[in-house]
Amino acid sequence: MSASNKWSFKVSSFIVGEDFWRGIVAIIVFLIFWEIGSRSEALFGFAFPWVGQVPAPSAVLKEIYRLIQEPSFWHSGYLSTRRVLEGFFAAMLVGIPLGLAMAVSRTFYGITFPVFEVLRPIPPLAWVPAAIIFWPTQELSIAFVTFLGAFFTIVINVIGGAQSIDVRYFQAARSMGSSTFDIFRRIILPGVLPSIVVGATVGIGITWAVVVAAEMISGGGSAGSMGGAAGGGLGFFIWNSYVGGSYTQIVAGMISIGAAGYMSSAILRKIGQLLTPWLAEG
Amino acid sequence: MTTQPAYTRSSAAVAGIAAPVCKGGVSIMDVVKRYGTQDAGVLAVDHCTFDVPAGEITVVVGPSGCGKTTLLNAIAGFHSLTSGSIYLDNEMLCGPGRLKAEPGPDRIVVFQNGALFPWKTNIENVAFGPIMQGYMTRRDAFEKARDMMADAGLRGIENNYPGEISSGVRRRVEIVRALMTDPKILLLDEPYRALDSLTKSVMHEALLETFYKNRVTIFFITHDLEEAIFLGHRVVIMTTRPCKPKKILDIDIPHPRDYNVLTTKRFREFMDETAAAVHEEATKAFAAGEKER
Repeated sequence: MSASNKWSFKVSSFIVGEDFWRGIVAIIVFLIFWEIGSRSEALFGFAFPWVGQVPAPSAVLKEIYRLIQEPSFWHSGYLSTRRVLEGFFAAMLVGIPLGLAMAVSRTFYGITFPVFEVLRPIPPLAWVPAAIIFWPTQELSIAFVTFLGAFFTIVINVIGGAQSIDVRYFQAARSMGSSTFDIFRRIILPGVLPSIVVGATVGIGITWAVVVAAEMISGGGSAGSMGGAAGGGLGFFIWNSYVGGSYTQIVAGMISIGAAGYMSSAILRKIGQLLTPWLAEG
Repeated sequence: MTTQPAYTRSSAAVAGIAAPVCKGGVSIMDVVKRYGTQDAGVLAVDHCTFDVPAGEITVVVGPSGCGKTTLLNAIAGFHSLTSGSIYLDNEMLCGPGRLKAEPGPDRIVVFQNGALFPWKTNIENVAFGPIMQGYMTRRDAFEKARDMMADAGLRGIENNYPGEISSGVRRRVEIVRALMTDPKILLLDEPYRALDSLTKSVMHEALLETFYKNRVTIFFITHDLEEAIFLGHRVVIMTTRPCKPKKILDIDIPHPRDYNVLTTKRFREFMDETAAAVHEEATKAFAAGEKER
């Protein structure tokens, strides 16, 4: 396939590129200002507002270096990642068929969409107390709230994607002798795929935001020791650092979540490119 | 409206070519199409009657939004009629009792902005019809598709996606895709509208070449009079909405034609004969505030 060369990521051209170096410089400048701000009390005799209270990046880096040698930190990351993936895949598994059904059947759409639209604006975190009550274990309630984070975004994208498929594609397929099933498989599914990719990429970012907050609220619990059967996770890790007064550890935890979220989105975007090669820039 | 249409016209207009058995003659008989209700609706087509002779190119010219596409959609089976009937080779496609024709591979539409599936490569698009209808294996369909694309001068882009080739080439791929299913009639809905005039002239000659090779009946919609006279055996000039034939001309410029035809006296005569009629309808359409659709 001639398209295969388009899939390879052009690392070399990216590194020599202007954008890459501009990004590097921007991050370094940001870190320098942060470092100066954090040390403002020692340097200038008074603490800058807000940044004066924040631990310096050098201290955070040192903390991250210490943490990555700690199995319990990795365990927190593992717990959060597992919950994100559970919630995310559950949302895909339920959301894609539901969205397709809503897009294909006017009747089904009429029945489900109003309910869906009432539930959609409720922030996932508002579900936390109800989730704790309704689900038998804490683990399930966190997974459920995480699921909600991605679910609505995915469904909305699938519906929108299916509805925006050009009617001429259906007419052309019908003229060329396609059955209803063929049209679903060869027109609707590939037509919706780009929207599913967008929904998934946005959705997994939301699951990270939600899982951390849910862990903070419910994750500690009574079994809140590191590596306990219930609770834990990066959200609880940050909360625990706050309770323990370790500010460098809070920031280190925040950065690790940022990195995890970035990687999840990047991986999904890559998978999306592989699934929709026709959208590659010529 | 019980009489069956008769096909008496031959393809003798094609000089030097023995007339083969041609299929794809369409008879449009007293067709009415109203959108919406009897009182509040819009009358798009008003008692329209004309023939599309088999094995010829019939070009329908009319102002934008006049209802030509409505006719095409009725033949293709995408929309229903309000009354009247349409026959294909003496068989009723739609009419009393069945107001909407069944879409089928004997009538393939090439759309205004193209409808190649963007998620399929060009060759997958071309091979789509026979595979869907199940009369060819995937391998055979690809082989035929490759041959037909090569025949049409489209070698080398088989494995590209439609998004990677120019819009003119896309339109040619779409016509090859349409021909793959061996249709009786090709329905072309302003296929070259979005193209610049230089590309257009190349496309016209390519279309004629395809026509001479395949002898497929062509129903061609445009609002470009020059295009109509250059391509058509028969030109049907439509009134503005509600549309019905205002003038039907048989263009006796011999085929095969090429671009030298445009400078001939006969061509200018046809232009002179029709320009006033077309301009009159265009003015009416403009005054009525018809919008591009």
